[in-house]
Amino acid sequence: MTGELREAILKGSRRAAARLMRLIDDDAPQARATLTALMPYAGDAYILGVTGNPGSGKSTLVSRLIARFRERGDTVGCIAIDPTSPFSGGAILGDRVRMQEHAEDDGVFIRSVATRGSLGGLSRSTPAMVQVLDAMGFDTVIVETVGVGQDEVEIIRLADTSLVTLVPGLGDDIQADKAGLMEIADVFVLNKSDLPGSQHLKRRIQTMLSLHQNTDAARSAAPAIVATSATSGDGIDELFAEVEIHRRSVEEDQSRQTRLQKRHTHLIRAIARSELEARFDEHVRSDRFSQLVDDLAAGQIDPYKAASQLLSWLAE
Amino acid sequence: MNSSTPAPTTYRILIGKPGLDGHDRGAKVIARALRDAGFEVIYSGLHQTPGALVRTAIEEDVDGIGLSILSGAHNTLMPKVVELLQEEGADDIFVFGGGVIPEDDITKLEEAGVRAIFTPGTNTSEVIDFVKRACDDKYGRGQD
Ligand SMILES: Nc1nc2c(ncn2[C@@H]2O[C@H](COP(=O)(O)OP(=O)(O)OP(=O)(O)O)[C@@H](O)[C@H]2O)c(=O)[nH]1
Ligand SMILES: [Mg+2]
Repeated sequence: MTGELREAILKGSRRAAARLMRLIDDDAPQARATLTALMPYAGDAYILGVTGNPGSGKSTLVSRLIARFRERGDTVGCIAIDPTSPFSGGAILGDRVRMQEHAEDDGVFIRSVATRGSLGGLSRSTPAMVQVLDAMGFDTVIVETVGVGQDEVEIIRLADTSLVTLVPGLGDDIQADKAGLMEIADVFVLNKSDLPGSQHLKRRIQTMLSLHQNTDAARSAAPAIVATSATSGDGIDELFAEVEIHRRSVEEDQSRQTRLQKRHTHLIRAIARSELEARFDEHVRSDRFSQLVDDLAAGQIDPYKAASQLLSWLAE
Repeated sequence: MNSSTPAPTTYRILIGKPGLDGHDRGAKVIARALRDAGFEVIYSGLHQTPGALVRTAIEEDVDGIGLSILSGAHNTLMPKVVELLQEEGADDIFVFGGGVIPEDDITKLEEAGVRAIFTPGTNTSEVIDFVKRACDDKYGRGQD
C-alpha cells in the first residue's frame, strides 16, 4: 500500500493525502513508510503559524490570509487544531467553519486535527501532516494552533513565521505575558480592533516589548504589531504585508538547510515524544508497575527507586 | 485503497448544513452528542453546497456525513451529496440525514442511497448507535 499511496499523493490525490494524514494521526504502521518515502519531496513550503487565545479570531484571520495567498497565486495547505475532550476522547473541530469559502478551491487543502491529549497547542501528528502538504507541493502551509491561551509555544519550533493574535478586553497585558507569547511572536495581530480598547492594548504591547527587548538579545528584529478586524477585513492588507516582510527576512537570513534543520528537529522530537508517551502509558498499565505501587505501600521501595525502575523499562 | 485500510483509532464524522436554512441547533446537538460518544466531529457551518461538503468530507477523511436540512430541500440536496461522493470514488463515506422529512420522502431518500433519516424527536442515542454501527460495519468490526 505504501507505494500506491505515495504515488497517488505525489499525483495530487486529495483522497490519498487525507487518508495518509489519518494513518499518521492514528500512528498506524503504514503511515511510517509512506511518510518516509515522501520526505525527499518536502522542504519547500513556507510555514506560517497562527496562535493566540481561544476565540481571538485565528480561524477568521487564517481564512483572510488564505485569500491573500491565493490572489498572489500561491497554493495553501492548512492544518487547524482544536482540543480533544478529555472526558470522551472525542472532539468538535470547528475551525473550518470560518474557512469554508475556500472549500472548493483546488489550490487549497484544509485539514482539521484534534489534539488527542497533546499539550503545546499542536497535535503530535502536526509536523508530519505538514510534511505531507509540503510534499504535495503546497507553497504555503498555515497551522492554526488550538486556542488554549497558554503553552502554545510548540508552534515556533515548526513555523517560519509565527503570528500571535490578541484581542482587547481580556486583561490585555497579562494575556500575552503569562502565556509566554511575547517571546514567540514575529507579528502581533491585534484583532477585533473594531471593539473598544484596541489602542490601549497596542500601547501595552509596545511597552512590554520594549522591556523584553532589553533582555532578549537573541531576537534580531522587533515584532511588528498590526491592528486588524478579521470580520470586516480592515488591516488585512497591512498584516499580509508584514507576513511577507518576515518571510523575506527569514529567507534572506536563513539558508534552506537551516530551515530544514529546524523543521526536522521538531519532526523527530514529535515522533520520539509520541512513542515515549505511548510506551510510558503502557508500562504504567502493566502488572509489574502495580507491583511497584504495592511495594511502595509496603515500604519495600522508595518513590524515587520506583520511578527509576519505571524509566529503566522504557529502554528495554 | 479501502480494503487495505486498517480500522482507525477514532471515527470521524462530518456534520453538514447544506442549503439555505439558518437553523443549526439540531446539527450542533448531534455534533456534541457524537463528541461525547468519542467521535471526532467536523462541523461545516451553515449554507454549504453539496460540492463543498463532499470536498470537505474527502479532505477530512471522514467515515460518514450527517446532513441536517430544515429548508425542505432534502430531496435535491441529500441525493446530490450521495451522487457527488460516487463521482469522486468516495462512496465508502456513508450519508445520513436529519430534518422535518415526510415518510414518503424518507423511502425515496433511502432508495437514493441515504443510509438513515432521523426526524425531530429522535433520541440522540439512536443516532449515535446508528453512526457507531455504520462505522464498525465499514471496517468489518463486529458488534458486541
Ligand atoms: N468583532 C469582531 N469579531 C471577530 C473578529 N474576528 C473574529 N471575530 C469573531 O470572533 C469569533 C471567534 O472567531 P474565530 O475565528 O473562530 O476565533 P478562533 O481564535 O479561531 O477560535 P478558536 O479556534 O475556537 O480558539 C467569531 O464569532 C468571529 O466572527 C473581529 O475582528 N472583530
Ligand atoms: Mg479557530
